[in-house]
This record gives sequence, C-alpha cells and structure tokens, in this order.
Amino acid sequence: MRQGSRAAASVLPALLCAGCAGAQSAFDTGGAQALGLARLMIFIMAVCAAVWLAVMAALAFALWRRRQEATEPLAIDARRQRRMSLVVGGSVAATVVIIGLFTVTSFWVTRSLWAGDRDAVKIDMRGYQWWWQVTYRDGNQAFTTANEIHVPVGRLVRIRLTADDVIHSFWVPSLTGKQDLIPGRTNEVSFVAERPGVYRGQCAEFCGLQHARMAMQVIAQSPQDYDAWRQSQLAPAAKPSDPEQVFGEQVFLSKPCAACHTVRGTSATAQLGPDLTHVASRSTIAAGVLETTRGSLAAWIADPQTIKPGNNMPMVALSPDELNAISAYMASLK
Amino acid sequence: MAGIVRRTANPLLRLLLIAAATMALPACEREERTLRLAPPVASALDGVRLMPIGIGGAPPEVYSALEKPFASNAYDLSQGKRLYNWMGCPQCHGDGQGRSGPPLLDGWWQYGPDVVSVFVTIRDGRPGGMPSFRDKLTTEQIWQLTGYIQTLGAYSAKTAAPSRDDGPQTRPAENRAPAAALFDKFPEIR
Repeated sequence: MRQGSRAAASVLPALLCAGCAGAQSAFDTGGAQALGLARLMIFIMAVCAAVWLAVMAALAFALWRRRQEATEPLAIDARRQRRMSLVVGGSVAATVVIIGLFTVTSFWVTRSLWAGDRDAVKIDMRGYQWWWQVTYRDGNQAFTTANEIHVPVGRLVRIRLTADDVIHSFWVPSLTGKQDLIPGRTNEVSFVAERPGVYRGQCAEFCGLQHARMAMQVIAQSPQDYDAWRQSQLAPAAKPSDPEQVFGEQVFLSKPCAACHTVRGTSATAQLGPDLTHVASRSTIAAGVLETTRGSLAAWIADPQTIKPGNNMPMVALSPDELNAISAYMASLK
Repeated sequence: MAGIVRRTANPLLRLLLIAAATMALPACEREERTLRLAPPVASALDGVRLMPIGIGGAPPEVYSALEKPFASNAYDLSQGKRLYNWMGCPQCHGDGQGRSGPPLLDGWWQYGPDVVSVFVTIRDGRPGGMPSFRDKLTTEQIWQLTGYIQTLGAYSAKTAAPSRDDGPQTRPAENRAPAAALFDKFPEIR
C-alpha cells in the first residue's frame, strides 16, 4: 500500500509535467514572447508558492506552540506588543512589496511583447462564427486563406485582429498570450516563432455553439519554405484537369456554393465563407474539425450541419454524381 | 414542495398546488433549433403553388404540417436576418425602409402579403430589378429570409425576435412591429 502510494507520488508529477508539452501549451514555448510569459507565470507561481508555504508554516507553528496561561489578560506587555506590531507590519510590507514586484514585472514583460517593428510579416485576421479568415498584406500582393497561418521562422509576425459577428479571441499558447477579436475595432498581437513546427491555436472567448471547434494552426517554416508557400498561395486556383473535376467546377459555380465562397481564377468571388482557392493545401477543414481528404470534403459538403451543428454552411441538395464531382474538384484545389 | 403539499389540509387546495406545479413544468422547455431540414422536407418546401398572376398562392402542405416554422422561431429569424445582410438586400431595401428598391416595412406588398408571394419573389426574382436567389440560397434559407422579411412588415408585435443590430437603431426592432410604429396609416400608393 505504502509502496503503491510512493510510486504514485513519484509518477504523478511526471505525468502532470507531460501535460505541459505539446503543440498547444504555454509551457512549451516556441518564441521570445511565449518564453517571457512562461517565465512570468513560473515566477509568479514560485513566489505565491513560497508565500503559501510561509503562511502554512506560521499557522502550523501557531497551532503547535504551547500557549501560556494568561494570568492577567488585561495587562499590557510592552515587549509582546512590539513583537506583534513587528509581525503585522512585516506582513503588510511584504504584501506591498510582492504586489508591487508582480505589477512591475508583468508590466515589463507585457511591454516587451510589443517590442520591435523590423520588417514584420503583416497579417489581418477576422473571426467568424466559427472559423478564422486570414489575409496576408505583405508587399503589394494580398491573398486570403483560412484557419491556417504560415510564418517564417525568426521573423516578427504582426496580426491585426477584427471580428465579423461576436467577440472571439486569438490564442496560440506556445507563441503568445490571448488577444480578443472584437466587432467594430482592431486589436493587434505579435509574436516570433523561433523553431519550425506546427503550433495549435484555439478561440479563447466563448463565441457560440461551436466555440470549441474553432481551432487554427500556425505553421512555422524556414524562410525559403515560407516564400515557396506564399508564391503558391498567390497563384490562382489550379484548373480542373479531368472531366470529373470540370463537372465539379460547373456544379460549384452554379449551386449556392459560389454565393459564399471564393475560388480565385473563377467567377466565384464571395467573401462570406472561407476562401477555397487552395483549400486542399490546408491540413484541416472546418477550422480543425476534419483532416483534409477527398472523403472528408465530401462528407462535409453532403451534410455540414451534422458534422458541426449550427455552423452557417447550409446543406445544399446535390445528386450523388454532383457530390462526387465537387469533392474531386475541391480535392484538386491544392 | 412535497412538504407544503403534505401539510396542506384542504384537499382542493392540495390538488390546485399539484396542478400548478405540473403546469409550470412545460415552461422549462426551450425553443428548439432545427439546424437543417431533412432533405425530403426541404425539397417539398420548394413546391409552392402560385396563382397565374404571380400574386399569392398556397404553400406546400408540409409548411402547415410543420406549423409555419419560419415565422415564429427565433433561430430561423436570426438566420434570416444574417442572410438579409449577407446577400446584399440592404443595398436596395436599406434597413427595411427602402432605398432604390421598395421598402419592406410599410406593410404594403406589391405582390401581396402572402408568404408564398414573398418566397417566390426571393426565389425567382421580379421584374424591375429584384434578382433571383434560386442559385444562391437553399430552399430552407429562402424560407428563413421570407420569415424575417415578413417580421419587418408586421403590424403586430411578436414574442420571437432575431438577434440585435450592432449599429445604431434606425427603426424599431423587428419584434416590435416596426411597420405599425412607422406607418400606421394608409400606405402611399405606388
């Protein structure tokens, strides 16, 4: 029994620490901003733990110490009074010092989040129920994508945040802190990803039925890979190559799909749903709900309300042939 | 509650208390959202019968069987309002008071106040600039939009309301019978 609990006591902290690793963790930092915040968090927690231990020790001492019988309860003992004022004064001073220290450190760390404007990658993000529109405004050519941000390693990324319907919140814990997307106003957040990899982000402000399924990915790449990705995204959509895809494009353009979605290079230019020009190049669809495969694209188009109930994509009546063709066309939009 | 009932001596009063408690239960039920119609229902809802002159007609039987869902369900009204803005209706009809297109809240319907005429107007378009939305919206969405537009032109207040406007108010809210507040007199004849 005792051995079992001892084993549990040694395994539990290891297990808890394992929970801190991964693509979405404020402790698994990918850049300077996140590192600053993680250090601030650990610093504050360590100081609070020390204070808690000191308070508990004082309490234990007070409980354990034998109390003297007071022979004359009303008599004033000058030494005792002085000692008591010293303890109370010391606690108040320590509280003021610690709160002051926390305020200054947290101000200092948060200010460093905004440092530097050297050739930042400029991105606009707009929150919708329940997906992220991402517009790159780098250089003189802009392009729009969704739910996936690619960034070059080591370069500052500056994101302007707005919202279309309700308040959302941008949160990629491994890269930086939270920042709200508020309808009718523009917020900013900036970060640097220092090691390549895939970081997961999540909406951090309850925004409706599918708030939990409003995820995004930040993919940090080497500058060469990033440029290659940028060039491929700037290009218009791939032309359909076989008869099935050609039919799929016709269906897409003649059905209600084109009333909400854009495929650059075709007549579909609406901005109400995610830009589908390179939908098959993104790793997930529906803001992280399904992996992008032809099968999941078909499933999504066939019945979006069963996969992500309440989202704003309607179920469009399609014949099996049309559905098959449109999924082939979507999967070809690399 | 059980204690009160047991302590109440009068059998009639006891019965009344139990009845009141039972009657309060249905109040716990919230309005249900139909996130999507079953495909056969959706296609049946497209089959409206219109009079030859294009004004008025009969909705499909399934519309009455569903108890006219799109006019009184807050979720459908909200979706209708979203579509009203998304599909660019304000470009011609403004907030409902009309711009280059006719107003929708004076309670004066050029093709009749009937749901069927409103539905067909949106689905097929009308001469004089009203485009057809048959290829842009699903049947269900056109019904949602119809329900919302009828709310705009309503002369009696409703308990169901769509979501609020984010911008400044330019007319009474949809569930407060905007037509009655603004135009409760004989409409201008156009």
